[in-house]
Order: sequence, then C-alpha cells, then structure tokens
Amino acid sequence: MAAPFELNDNNVVVIIGTGAGGGVLANELAQQGVSVVALEAGGRYLPQDYVNDEWESFGQLAWTDPRTTSGDWRVAKDFAGLPAWIVKAVGGSTTHWAGASLRFQAHEWKSATHYGEVEGANLLDWPIDAAEMAPWYEKAEEKLRVTRTGGREGLPGCNNYLVFEKGAKALGYEEVSTGRMAINSEPNDDRLACRQTGFCFQGCKWGAKWSSAYTDIPRGEATGNLEVRDRAQAARILHGDDGKVTGVEYFDQDGNLQMQQARVVCVAGNSYESPRLLLNSASSMFPDGLANSSGQVGRNYMRHMTASVYGIFDKPVKMWRGTTMAGIIQDEARHDPSRGFVGGYEMETLALGLPFMAAFLNPGAWGREFTTALDSYENMAGMWIVGEDMPQETNRITLSDSVKDQFGLPVVDVHFSDHPNDIAMRNHAYQQGSAIYDAVGATRTLPTPPYPSTHNLGTNRMSENPGDGVVNQWGRAHDILNLYVSDGSQFTSGAAENPTLTIVALAMRQADHIVGELASKNL
Amino acid sequence: MTAETFIRIDKHPEKNGMTRRELLKSATALSAAFVVGPGFLAASNAAWATEVEALKPETFATLVQMARDIYPHDHVGDEFYVNAVKGYDTKEAAPDIEQGIRLLNAAARLKQYDNYLSIGWERDRVKVLETLQSTPFFQRIRGGLVTGLYNQKALWPLFGYEGESFSQGGYLDRGFNDINWL
Ligand SMILES: Cc1cc2nc3c(=O)[nH]c(=O)nc-3n(C[C@H](O)[C@H](O)[C@H](O)COP(=O)(O)OP(=O)(O)OC[C@H]3O[C@@H](n4cnc5c(N)ncnc54)[C@H](O)[C@@H]3O)c2cc1C
Ligand code: SF4
Repeated sequence: MAAPFELNDNNVVVIIGTGAGGGVLANELAQQGVSVVALEAGGRYLPQDYVNDEWESFGQLAWTDPRTTSGDWRVAKDFAGLPAWIVKAVGGSTTHWAGASLRFQAHEWKSATHYGEVEGANLLDWPIDAAEMAPWYEKAEEKLRVTRTGGREGLPGCNNYLVFEKGAKALGYEEVSTGRMAINSEPNDDRLACRQTGFCFQGCKWGAKWSSAYTDIPRGEATGNLEVRDRAQAARILHGDDGKVTGVEYFDQDGNLQMQQARVVCVAGNSYESPRLLLNSASSMFPDGLANSSGQVGRNYMRHMTASVYGIFDKPVKMWRGTTMAGIIQDEARHDPSRGFVGGYEMETLALGLPFMAAFLNPGAWGREFTTALDSYENMAGMWIVGEDMPQETNRITLSDSVKDQFGLPVVDVHFSDHPNDIAMRNHAYQQGSAIYDAVGATRTLPTPPYPSTHNLGTNRMSENPGDGVVNQWGRAHDILNLYVSDGSQFTSGAAENPTLTIVALAMRQADHIVGELASKNL
Repeated sequence: MTAETFIRIDKHPEKNGMTRRELLKSATALSAAFVVGPGFLAASNAAWATEVEALKPETFATLVQMARDIYPHDHVGDEFYVNAVKGYDTKEAAPDIEQGIRLLNAAARLKQYDNYLSIGWERDRVKVLETLQSTPFFQRIRGGLVTGLYNQKALWPLFGYEGESFSQGGYLDRGFNDINWL
C-alpha cells in the first residue's frame, strides 16, 4: 500500500531516483520504519509490460531526454545525443541490467596506493575497504539472490557461453564460469527461474533477474512507510539559512512544479542526473552548486574501459538464445602492470539481437565489410569487455549552456576522453578476446567499439578529505549534514567489476547509517 | 513499416487494377532491376511494385539502389530496401530527397556515367557514394536504414534471428545449448 505523505511533511526522507541505489535505499529505510518519499522521473513498468523487442523496449524504458557530448571518445561522434544507455522508469537501470554481480577485489578499494602515480589520472583511495564492505556484500548477494554465492547453483551455459568457455580454456584461462548473476537458477524469493529467453536487457518478463522495480519497491511500499511518486522529476534541492537541505522541488506527472519538504535528501539519479541536480540547485549561499566546495561535483566521470569482440564461425552459434550475459573470464581482472597498464578487466559474454547488432557493431560503417559480418549473424559469438578506467578531473558532467529539457532546465554535457591507460587496456583486451575465438576456429573476429555508457560512475565521489571529493564514507555530503548521494556517482574509483552489486551494498550500508543517525537525532 | 506496404502483383492483381502484363506494358526500363511508370516503381520482372506519391519514380528507384549499395545483402530482396526508404516518399521529405538524388547523379556524372542507376558494378557505385559520405543527405539515408532496414521483423528470419521467445517459454527447452560442433 502506498503511504501518502503530505508535501509539507518535513519528517520524510526524500530519495531521488529508484534504481539500484535509490530503490534499495528506499526499501531498506521503509523496512526499518523510516518514512520515505521516492521521486522517480520515469513511469512504472512491470514484467507483464516489458517488450521483448530491442527498439520498442528502448523506447519504453530508456532515458532519451536530450544530452550533449564532447571529448575524443567515439561515442561523442557515433551517439552524440545519447552518451549513456540508462533507464528512466521505476527501478531505474536495474530493469535493463544484465545481472552480473561481482565484488571488487581488495586492492581496488585503494587504487592510488596500489597503482601509484599515473600521469593524468586523479586516483584516490576509497575511505572504506574490503573488510568493511564484506558483510554488506554478503547482504547484497543475499538480497539479489546472486548465483554461485550463498550455496546457490550457477546458471547453465548457453551456446554463446560454450563457445567462449572452449576458447578460454584453450588459451589456458582458469577462472571461467557462468558467473555470479542476480538471475535465479531456481525459483527463489518469489522470482521464477531463468527460462533462457535472451531479453535480459529489455526487462525480464519472468522476473528471474533481480530488479528493484518488482522486489524492493513493492516490498517497501507494502510496509506503508514508502510512497513512490512516478513521473516526478526533481528539479532543485532547496536549503535553509543554516545550509541544511529542506526539501525538493519537482515537476509532477502533469508538469506542475511541486515542493516536498524533507528531513533528509538522498540523491540517486545515476551519475549524470545526480551531479546535474546538485549543479542546478546552486544558490547565493552555494553559487557553484550544492555540496561542491571541493569543485569535484561532476568531475572524475568514469564509464569503465569497455569494448566488445564478436567472432564469426563457419557454423551456427545462435548467441541470442539464452541469458544475455552468460559467462565470465576473470583471469585478466588482476592488477599486473607487466601487461602495460594498471588495473584489470573482465570478459563477459554478450549477445545482441539483429537490430542492436546493426546499430552497435560498427556505428557509421557501411558497405560489404559491414554487411558480410551481419550476414553471418547466426554464426556469431560475442563478448563484452569491462575494465577499470582512470578517473580524470577533466572528464566531467557540466550543465549545457544552450540545451534545455522539457522543463526548461539545462541538460548535461558529458565530456570524456580516454586515458592512455584505458587505450592500452582496450588493445590488450581486443587481442585476448580475438584469440579466444580464434582458438575455436573463428573465420573472422570483430573488435567492436564502446557502446553508449551503461556503467556511469564517479561524478560525486567519496573521499576521506573534503577537499578531494563530494561525499564521505557514508555517502554523506562533506558540506551538508542532511544530504546524501546514494548511487554509482559516489564511486571513488571504478574497479574492473560491473558496479551494481557494490551500489546495492553501499545503499544497504547507508540505510543502516541513516537509521542510526535518525535514532541518535543527528539528522 | 511492414512488407504489406507493397503491392504484390502476383498476389493482389486487383489492388492496383493492373495485371502483370498491363503493368509492364505501361512501364519503361530504368535499370536492370527496375521499371517505372506513372506513379509507380516495379521490379523488372514485375515481382513487386510500389506506388510512389511525392517523389519522382526515378528518384525513388535511385534511392532504393542507394540503400542497397549502403547495406548490401544479396539474400535480401528489394522489397525490404523499398520499405526501408518508403518513409521519404512524403510531401515534407520529398524536396530534400530530390535534391540529394540530384547530387548523387551529379557525382556520377563527374565520373563520366549518365546517372547513378546506369552504373553497372556495385564497386563503381560505391566509389560515387564515397564522394558523398560526409554529406547530411548520405548520413540521413544511412542512419535511417539502421533501423528502417534491420528493424523489419519480416527480415529477421533471413539472418536466422528468431526475435522474441517469451511466448514460447524461452529457449530453456528449445535449444539454448544445442551447439553440436565444438
Ligand atoms: C543494458 C545494461 C546492462 C547492464 N548490465 C549490468 C550488469 O550486468 N551488472 C552490473 O553490475 N551493472 C549493469 N548495468 C549497470 C546498472 O544498471 C547500473 O550500474 C545501476 O542500475 C546504476 O544504479 P543507479 O542507482 O546509479 O542508477 P539507476 O539504476 O540508473 O537509477 C537512476 C534512477 O533515477 C531516476 N532519475 C534520474 N534523475 C531524476 C530526477 N531528477 N528526478 C527523479 N528521478 C530521477 C532515473 O529515471 C532512474 O530511474 C547495466 C546497465 C545497462 C543499461
Ligand atoms: S534469459 Fe533469463 S534472466 Fe534473461 S530475460 Fe530471459 S528469463 Fe530473464
């Protein structure tokens, strides 16, 4: 049951965004008796609404409001208006995500210490470490019912995985499996088992994959302590003379401006919208935007070093049959500078349908080199590569000075250029990825450029020292006591792993902290 | 858009009130592949025909050939390319498209051909296209094809792609791991 809270109820925690960070935080607080209003810019869609058609689903769920791009990354040329592929819906990008759920490696919490001085990189150690996070990871794995943790079985391997595994073993890789996935291998927690339908990116119609849209959100609502307002887009966070935040202005579903008072505000709009909101909330007291005394709001934008490799064989693979991300090789995830770069990368199988393959295989390409590759679509196997990219101060989110959204608010400009370390890592990964398919007899391999960003991190980073970042070890703004950041934008560094398990673990930990602070009247 | 926007002469002779023979009688050959007549474009063997409303039939035929040369798939019939560019046959789009095709024919003439459609080899047509590839016209047509061509459901089986599987219970019992050559 949704609990209706009054706009002038200044006792509520207001959470902006209901994805991996916001959705989990909302439920965890509600379960512990805290009153929560969650504002979500997108609409509500459940498994029965999801469409197993790539473009139609994209139109249904993706954030397609304008954004602008700059920098030398290829996405700025290929997808100038679509720098990121993220979701605008209740549940956020957890409707789209593939479900790969990995913990950081211990050294990745302390990248500055382990990688040393890397020219041009703004490396910083997290103010927390692996030991601190271990119990929260365990709770997060339990919440998501991650396979190969807590005694749960792994998923069976589909065709795309079997090709990948055979090549990996031929190359001597050892850490090869169907991975740790937030996808049920058996019915669990009111979610069905995976049916290998192959549309994980379009929202799982079986509910086999975890998404906050149909787990945490309705469970939080069932407590009576959580009200989710969908199609409610936060525009500005307000503050009082004492510098504490007091409420959030938002546009409701009819486009009318409303103001929800708040005791605490938690920002979880993903790494573009969260800094945008802080910057758009600039005031005479905070002329550079909220929580921005360090000047780091919007900076250090990370998107993971990504790439894909597709292999073409002389016989059918039918990679689209089965889970979209169906397996992983972890041998290259280690930090081993002898390869010519710091940090490491994961290789994970990936399958796209024909429509997305045509759009993403080599954007802008035409002619027979391109079309003969697509002619062999049925004989293709594919993998995605995801590695740690270097935080750079100049890679950043700023407010556009020319483009505004439908509410008249400046949209974000996303500026990104690869660091030489990112390029060296990508080239290494292209080589290894191709070698894997060559080892199974590929007749052709296709080193495929990065897609619009699905992992967006770092733009409100966590730091020990208030001068180095935006939030402290709890995700609490250094500058403002009752303002929190609860999504992937608090990442100090990106690590090689897909980020969502860490976002969820941090949100659970933050909920625990906020409950404590509320109880001890510090909030 | 679906393949239904087509007039299939064989199947629906009544639709445009013409038999195959009558159609071919009223048509003139435009290239090896196409014939045109008043307000329509057809395959030379009259396997299909489509009405053309806002564009000149010659312009539309050139656009279809251009679409195929950008994304050539020999096992994909012209009807899919026609469908992919049919959306430009409107009053609003026509002036820009006519202008773009004029540009294309001018580029062909610079290379001593009569016009784009008269160029016999794909390789030579591609050389003409390359001279235009940075123009907004080329980019518009190419960009539109990415979804206009490849997002036609009827085309997917030609590439083996099976589309949605939810209605059949996924692939768990239908070959998700049936690879037999590894
Ligand atoms: C195709 C795809 C595959 C992926 N696969 C994986 C994977 O296998 N493993 C993994 O770990 N990660 C994966 N990810 C990434 C994962 O989805 C994200 O890391 C994660 O969801 C980010 O969580 P978040 O809370 O930061 O933001 P999101 O989950 O994106 O949630 C942000 C929410 O905030 C809302 N919002 C934004 N601004 C406002 C505003 N002003 N007012 C109100 N609401 C607002 C948005 O509409 C959105 O719903 C994938 C992502 C995509 C797109
Ligand atoms: S493959 Fe499995 S997890 Fe993915 S959408 Fe299908 S049932 Fe859901």
